[in-house]
Amino acid sequence: MNKPINVVIAGLGGQGVIKASDILSETAFRSGLAVKKSEIHGMSQRGGSVTSDVRFGPEVLSPMVPPGEADFLVVLAPDQVEVNRSQLKPGGVLIAPDLVDSAKLANRKSFNIALLGALSTHLDLTVEKWQEAIHACLPEKLHAANEQAFAAGRQAANSLKS
Amino acid sequence: MSSLDRQLLSGDSAIALGALHGGVALGTGYPGTPSTEILEYLAQIGGKAQWSPNEKVALEVGIGVAYGGARSLVTMKHVGVNVAADPLFSVAHTGVVGALVLVSADDPGMASSQNEQDNRRYAVAAALPMLEPADSQEAYDFMLAAIEISERWHIPVLLRVTTRICHTQAPVVPAAPLPVKAPFFEHDLRGRNLIPANARPAHRRLRQKLAEMAEWSETTPLNYVLPGSQQLGIITSGVSFMHAREVASEASFLKLGFTHPLPLKKIAEFVRSVERCVVIEEGDPYLADAIRAAGLVVENKPEMYRFGELNTNRVKRILAHDVSPEPTRPPGKPPELCDGCSHHVVFQAFKNLDCIVAGDIGCYALGVLPPYSAMDCCVCMGSSIPIGLGLRHVLPKAEAKRVVSVIGDSTFVHSGMTGLAEMVYNPPPTGHVVVILDNSTTAMTGHQEHPGTGRTLDHSATGKIVYEKLGQAMGLEDVRVIPLGKDCAAFQSILVEALASEKLVLLIARRPCVLAAKHIREYEKCAPGTPATEVAHE
Ligand SMILES: Cc1ncc(C[n+]2csc(CCOP(=O)(O)OP(=O)(O)O)c2C)c(N)n1
Ligand code: SF4
Repeated sequence: MNKPINVVIAGLGGQGVIKASDILSETAFRSGLAVKKSEIHGMSQRGGSVTSDVRFGPEVLSPMVPPGEADFLVVLAPDQVEVNRSQLKPGGVLIAPDLVDSAKLANRKSFNIALLGALSTHLDLTVEKWQEAIHACLPEKLHAANEQAFAAGRQAANSLKS
Repeated sequence: MSSLDRQLLSGDSAIALGALHGGVALGTGYPGTPSTEILEYLAQIGGKAQWSPNEKVALEVGIGVAYGGARSLVTMKHVGVNVAADPLFSVAHTGVVGALVLVSADDPGMASSQNEQDNRRYAVAAALPMLEPADSQEAYDFMLAAIEISERWHIPVLLRVTTRICHTQAPVVPAAPLPVKAPFFEHDLRGRNLIPANARPAHRRLRQKLAEMAEWSETTPLNYVLPGSQQLGIITSGVSFMHAREVASEASFLKLGFTHPLPLKKIAEFVRSVERCVVIEEGDPYLADAIRAAGLVVENKPEMYRFGELNTNRVKRILAHDVSPEPTRPPGKPPELCDGCSHHVVFQAFKNLDCIVAGDIGCYALGVLPPYSAMDCCVCMGSSIPIGLGLRHVLPKAEAKRVVSVIGDSTFVHSGMTGLAEMVYNPPPTGHVVVILDNSTTAMTGHQEHPGTGRTLDHSATGKIVYEKLGQAMGLEDVRVIPLGKDCAAFQSILVEALASEKLVLLIARRPCVLAAKHIREYEKCAPGTPATEVAHE
């Protein structure tokens, strides 16, 4: 099957939705896969709903995750879960904001990366590629905090599974 | 990574890379979603790019570049082409010496626009060749192709993209850079002076070029057939091709990349080769109308799919003749003014005073939403001042005196100055009050510089338009700069006075955008000019 993996990342403006989707698409890209990442952005003001679609696999055609066909839905803001739930396919995985306690992170702003850590436990992409992508997409001074957040997210997701 | 490696790029960045590899000497434009990142990325990767005060000026600078034998890229959002339409139609007649590529970034679905116009119509109206890429790779390739077409036929080329092309990241493999020629000038008085005696033959030359390009359109690989089932043929362009390929992989496709002038013979042959032929396109039925006008029988999408973007579900529905109501998604949270945004106090004052507000476009257009609900109209950039004047001319005195025009700093430089000229020239009996919201940036589109900030696209210091001096020079009776604080009382009392005075008043409400303030302070440290923040300390 040539079907791509479909991920939707959702949250509010200023939370780092786009940065998270940049890192996910960069990871898939560095893994040699076809990838498309698409979002509607353009307003500078903070606070409005933002979603970003990332699709990767052997071949990707449409840049948009077909409605109701997301394999994974990653949500950064509690009030955005219900708004976006219909994006998930039956049996799809929701990575909800309550999975990680942002107070426990070295930097609260890395919450987006913590949820990517949780997502990473479900995907066939290596931790090395994730790390490369985090380094490529963020300034050096933020690397340590974001690696910590990524690891915290992985741990939270793994402890749920076991 | 060498420059010929595969890169992950948005359509906007891919166009910029194409421009760089295509030897573009200068990129000009005015910010507008979803086109803004093209020039920003071009500057970032070492190309020369600059913001113009508006799209008309950007295109005119580009025309000069192309008259000088060099290659020029001009970028704007779809409505920007309306502003630039006057030079566009005429430069089609004069033609160019170097290359002139105009990127029109359309916004089907209006993610951040005031209308849903389909600028493919401009290619027909202005008689220009047009290219429509379907992904980032094509955005890159077509930018290079546009340069070649422009130089081959000495004609401006419309590179028409949409939000999904501009803002989708996908892999791009770059090609070898085009050889560059040195700019030069040759007089061509007849060719480029469109007095009627010259314009008449120029129009004939233009039509001749189009006829040649129509022939070329039949054979260029930019338009190709993907053979498949004979039962279903799909004619498509742009991102719609991707949606359609995904849901109907078995179909035969005629994928059009060069969409004006259309390859009507190739289309006719394709239509005849399949039992059922459907046109899948976003927006207006541009392809469907042209193909049907040529006497061919194709299915057009039902009217309901003209509105908004297409996606795979909608294409499935079109193919299944499904016109039942579409499922709606719960509405997301709308954007609102940031905490601490300087626009808050101004709109609070408008609300308190029950002003009739002729508004304009920018972050401050959010003043129309609660809690302020204090903007009565917002039509197009620059319209606030003339519309406010029109209201003042006709309303009864008591109401006329409540009318204010409010306009952002970038918007004022874009198209507000002619409004001030109108105000001085045809003053309403009750005077008028204009408020410039000077937050030292083009905030709405992601904080670009403009001629009123005194910094260029890459934030280095340059000449600066000073609104208070400009207002005085234009003959306004009362010009005041008001540093905005957190409290609206000070601004409000000046506004009360201004409205009562029945004079022509210009109020410049000044305070940097809170999201940009930190960066602005840094730019000022590196390149000291007139500090935007100097009067803004509370
Ligand atoms: C003709 C045209 N060009 C570009 C745009 C996109 N656009 C909308 S508002 C705006 C400028 C906003 O800047 P400013 O007036 O300074 O207000 P701010 O957002 O900073 O409050 C731009 C570029 C448009 N709507 N129409
Ligand atoms: S981006 Fe700036 S101008 Fe726009 S709402 Fe936020 S603070 Fe205000």
